[in-house]
Amino acid sequence: MTAQNSTQPRSKVFIAFQDNEESRPVIEAVLADNAEATAAYTPGLVKIDCPERLVIRRERIEENTGQPYNLQQLQINLVTLSGHVDEDDDEFSLSWGR
Amino acid sequence: MDTPVIKKKLGLKERYTAMTRGLAWDTTYQPMDKVFPYDKYEGIKIHDWDKWEDPFRLTMDAYWKYQGEKEKKLYAVIEAFAQNNGQLGVTDARYINALKLFIQGVTPLEYGAHRGFAHVGRHFTGAGARVAAQMQSIDELRHFQTETHAISHYNKYFNGMHNATQWYDRVWFLSVPKSFFEDAMTAGPFEFLTAVSFSFEYVLTNLLFVPFMSGAAHNGDLSTVTFGFSAQSDESRHMTLGIECIKFMLEQDPGNVPIVQKWIDKWFWRGYRLLTLVGMMQDYMLPKRVMSWKEAWEMYAEENGGALFRDLARYGIREPAGWKEACEGKDHISHQAWNTFYNYAAAAPFHTWVPEDEELKWLSEKYPTSFDQLYRPRLEHFRREQQAGKRFYNTTLPMLCTTCQIPMVFTEPGDPTKICYRESTYLGDRYHFCSDGCKHVFDDEPEKYVQSWLPVHQIYQGHCFKEGTDPTAEGFEPLAAVLDWYGINVGRDNFDFEGSEDQKNFAAWRGDSPSNAAKEGGAT
Repeated sequence: MTAQNSTQPRSKVFIAFQDNEESRPVIEAVLADNAEATAAYTPGLVKIDCPERLVIRRERIEENTGQPYNLQQLQINLVTLSGHVDEDDDEFSLSWGR
Repeated sequence: MDTPVIKKKLGLKERYTAMTRGLAWDTTYQPMDKVFPYDKYEGIKIHDWDKWEDPFRLTMDAYWKYQGEKEKKLYAVIEAFAQNNGQLGVTDARYINALKLFIQGVTPLEYGAHRGFAHVGRHFTGAGARVAAQMQSIDELRHFQTETHAISHYNKYFNGMHNATQWYDRVWFLSVPKSFFEDAMTAGPFEFLTAVSFSFEYVLTNLLFVPFMSGAAHNGDLSTVTFGFSAQSDESRHMTLGIECIKFMLEQDPGNVPIVQKWIDKWFWRGYRLLTLVGMMQDYMLPKRVMSWKEAWEMYAEENGGALFRDLARYGIREPAGWKEACEGKDHISHQAWNTFYNYAAAAPFHTWVPEDEELKWLSEKYPTSFDQLYRPRLEHFRREQQAGKRFYNTTLPMLCTTCQIPMVFTEPGDPTKICYRESTYLGDRYHFCSDGCKHVFDDEPEKYVQSWLPVHQIYQGHCFKEGTDPTAEGFEPLAAVLDWYGINVGRDNFDFEGSEDQKNFAAWRGDSPSNAAKEGGAT
């Protein structure tokens, strides 16, 4: 990283879910798989911020629940997000600079 | 020898390709340009429509499945809310006024977005863009319906919600959201996407649907928070579509860059002005607050929007013109807007009030450099006057900005004690603006904005009275005649919250409810 870049703020991506039971294993998976991710709780809502890139892995959610999970189910409790989306059957990621 | 494994199901990416490609064909009976007359005239050059990809890779079958699940969840909440008299569980009847603004000013925009996306979904030459726009059109219609259904429950108990569609076409401040969408819908298809998918949805809707809706949850309104989050989950796809659309245009041809930049400048500013209303809802209309408008602006506009514009810099896109002025405005616009509505509460179909002491204290803490100096003294003055039986109602008509149509109440960049005025001359007529941003939008397309339907001008020209009204008759009261044309129930829908029917009814219903009566030590 150049000196100039290091003075630039690090762009964060974020994703927010409704604060409910269906979101809980997803939030746990995000926090487990993204060391720099932080979760903030406001009424009804959980917002997870992460610098540069955040990944949601299907396998991790399945480990948490012991049940099969289709990543497109995220849509149901998703509230909002930011960043470039890349999605396949195993991973859903948000990042800047695709 | 191992038996080869046959992969039965296609992966997400292959499935998406299989189900969205081949949906378009070149016409033979008529030339393509005649069948698709709109997607070239703005000057945007597209060389390969197949490069358009919907990042969510949502196919129609998955769309119906997940949207269906969202609807079931939402309507279960709405129904439970109605059956359990949820309206009695909100913090305070003042809060309901935020919902009045929602049904009057926001819900009709959803319908406008539905129409706009149906239009561009028909007119893009590329199949990928058409599919994405059509899904969004359905989403927006869903939002219009769910918001109407959720709020219709409150309409049974409170004033100011029964006539929203007529008000949207007639009432002075509703010309602000209406003109925004009509400007977008009468633009070309690429400009429409930049206006709505990108500037409005990506940069600005988080501010409406996330902290405000969290505030609804905090104030006991489960029905509203659920429709808000359900709508915003669609917005996540729309925002992603918005970025995709911008990147697609920028990647297709370098000649598109300056056109897109001009639209970003225009629509960021128009969207910012429109959201003034939301700033006021958040700071003044939620009795229990989650975060200030200023904090929300820092989180969603400065941090999130800032990240986006750093990302787009590689295409030669810079942050929107007016960005700095907008960031400076975070300390002021909610207070300036509330003051305006407090002044004009006789002419608007919702109630206003001076915040209680605890709320003033919260505002002082959240706005340490502006509230006590500039806005608190005015509110305290209004309160003293009101308590002395002299509640102030402004009966003059304000000058409106020709572009955003908001009364010219905003202040100069760098000097929040001085009202900002700008003007331009076009074909010998003078036009007035609230800011450099709005003046620039006008100067670029004056032939469009000279057609603005400005409520104050229309009232003065006599176009806002019922047929047969004689303004020269003795004792003619122009305000009463205009309110009559609006269809506002004078004395029920308007004036101060203090003394309103909403206030009295809510207090009586809560008093009658055994659980609340016990809590408040009230009547048995």
